[in-house]
Amino acid sequence: MDLRRKFLIFVPYAWLLVLFLIPFGIVLKISLSDTALAIPPYTPKLDWSDGWSGIISYFSQLDFENYVFLTEDSLYYVAYLSSLKIATISTIATLIVGYPIAYAMAKSPSHLRPTLMMLVILPFWTSFLIRVYAWMGILSQEGLLNQFLLWIGLIATPLTILNTNWAVYIGIVYTYLPFMILPIYAALEKMDGSLMEAAEDLGCSAISAFWLVTVPLSKPGVIAGSFLVFIPALGEFVIPSLLGGSKTIMIGKVLWEEFFSNRDWPVASAVAVILLVLLIIPIMLFQRNERKQREMEQ
Amino acid sequence: MHFLQREREMKNSTMKFGLAVVATLTAAAAAAEEVRVYNWSDYIDEALLEKFETETGIKLIYDVFDSNEVLETKMLAGGSGYDVVVPSGTFLQRQISAGAFQTLDMAQLPNAGNRWDVILDRTAQYDEGNAYSINYMWGTTGLGVNVGQVAEILGADAPINSLDLVFNPANMEKLAACGVYFLDAPAEMIPAALKYLGENPDSQDPDVIALVEPVLAAVRPHITKFHSSEYINALANGDICVAFGWSGDILQARDRAADADNGVEIAYNAPIEGALMWFDQMAIPVDAPNPTGAHTFLNFMLDAQNMADASNYVNYANGNLASQDLLVEDVIGDPAIYPDAATLENLYTTTPYDQRVQRVVTRLWTRIKSGT
Repeated sequence: MDLRRKFLIFVPYAWLLVLFLIPFGIVLKISLSDTALAIPPYTPKLDWSDGWSGIISYFSQLDFENYVFLTEDSLYYVAYLSSLKIATISTIATLIVGYPIAYAMAKSPSHLRPTLMMLVILPFWTSFLIRVYAWMGILSQEGLLNQFLLWIGLIATPLTILNTNWAVYIGIVYTYLPFMILPIYAALEKMDGSLMEAAEDLGCSAISAFWLVTVPLSKPGVIAGSFLVFIPALGEFVIPSLLGGSKTIMIGKVLWEEFFSNRDWPVASAVAVILLVLLIIPIMLFQRNERKQREMEQ
Repeated sequence: MHFLQREREMKNSTMKFGLAVVATLTAAAAAAEEVRVYNWSDYIDEALLEKFETETGIKLIYDVFDSNEVLETKMLAGGSGYDVVVPSGTFLQRQISAGAFQTLDMAQLPNAGNRWDVILDRTAQYDEGNAYSINYMWGTTGLGVNVGQVAEILGADAPINSLDLVFNPANMEKLAACGVYFLDAPAEMIPAALKYLGENPDSQDPDVIALVEPVLAAVRPHITKFHSSEYINALANGDICVAFGWSGDILQARDRAADADNGVEIAYNAPIEGALMWFDQMAIPVDAPNPTGAHTFLNFMLDAQNMADASNYVNYANGNLASQDLLVEDVIGDPAIYPDAATLENLYTTTPYDQRVQRVVTRLWTRIKSGT
């Protein structure tokens, strides 16, 4: 292997090391510590000046107490499940809304596509926080949505949407929609149009051609988009805390409470480590399964 | 047209950003003096901030928070970058023991003679000898009501000065129609609920604290929201009719409603059963970038006229004896702000929860708010 290739491989690994593995190691280390009234608020701290004995005494003070604690209170279990539920439902909803948009974009005349693409990306030019705040104005009791529905006579009393899980779903679908549209669009755009003609020539109806040809070919885009929505939605904090009510329990809020209200960094870190494990294991299993399928097809 | 304009603006801002970086780098060498203050929201007359800049020539960066917990996390993480922060008494006490603050240099605070000994005695229980902090404001936690709406719903003899108003489910069930806010601060609400039960509001015993759960759970369905700052506007606009909140905030709501002339009349009452008395203390973080500037700011706030302006604006009492001659009658003469001797006796203070009890309290609070 020549030097250039080595360097090219080194770059992503260095990225992974610096931006993922080292921070994760730090979080893992804090999750094995105990809380203390100090700056920063945990103990033990590594003392390099004592040499080996310092390092040994440091490691002997670490334990899994905080993980045991997480199993003893139903709050964490409830919060993980509720986050999984909210993230799953929002991902499916984003897919249902996003797929037709991506499909329409890919089928539109090619000179229009850059403009359509721009329109999808345009909301990013406004701060995420401001867009979520805007939804507070739309969804509140006296908000635009309720006023509109009252005006057209669909409802007689204002709906309570803000501060419920409905508002959280709306917020997540709205915020993450571009992450779903773009990969699906990329997959659909590459699709060879003659495949559809071939399907029709062989007697396939338009609907079954869509299910038998278009959908399987856009699968990589759907999977990428779903991951891009599901993973951040699972740990989402801003949307549930601004749009959700106190009955919306998500792991992001639990983390916030551990960190700010309890000043318990070790338990907060343990919650974060478990969240990561919950995310990584299914993704790894999924990818292994995909690889096996590919190998079998070949 | 928008597109081009946006693009130009972006180019412009990129250039500005570049210049700003260069400016920061040169500023680091020249060290233009600035002071960073982190205080509660809706808590100062902004004219004072300008006055400070004009008088001292120091640039003032003023940020706000609405929860002691957020401040405490910043302090315990270290490196907050703030020169002056304003925690409440119990939080101050805990952060002092964590080593988060530096002792004040009295030589740099010639105005310290203006402090009021009555308040100094009380704040000494959090900060022994008042070595680390200066009182900014103090007040009580109690009941803000929309007088007209509450009388309409509960009748003219509604218990607007009693904890019965917010902890008795029979009252709350009716009030739910017009909206009730509670502070999202367990360290304020749990002592109040304990007081309602006739228990020691400062109890550190988890078994005693657990007694408040059925009380709060019974009224929970009728509480519109737990929030520690939104209730000022909500009360003033007439969106809600009752808020359990901080005295001066509710009085600010009263003034905003009066200014808007929207027919909303707000009143504040410290509960007759007893009210929590709290103290917000200005302190200098141990790693403050500009401790000298911080002292300049504290000394500025210790000035009788400045402190009087601050109190006249935010409707909170202060710990500055010399400022009392300069307070307007609406402030110094209002027993809701400067309580009379009898009310003062009825006020209680609390001490910080330790780590184990804090966890019980937070968990209880999550359970009450979420119903799980």
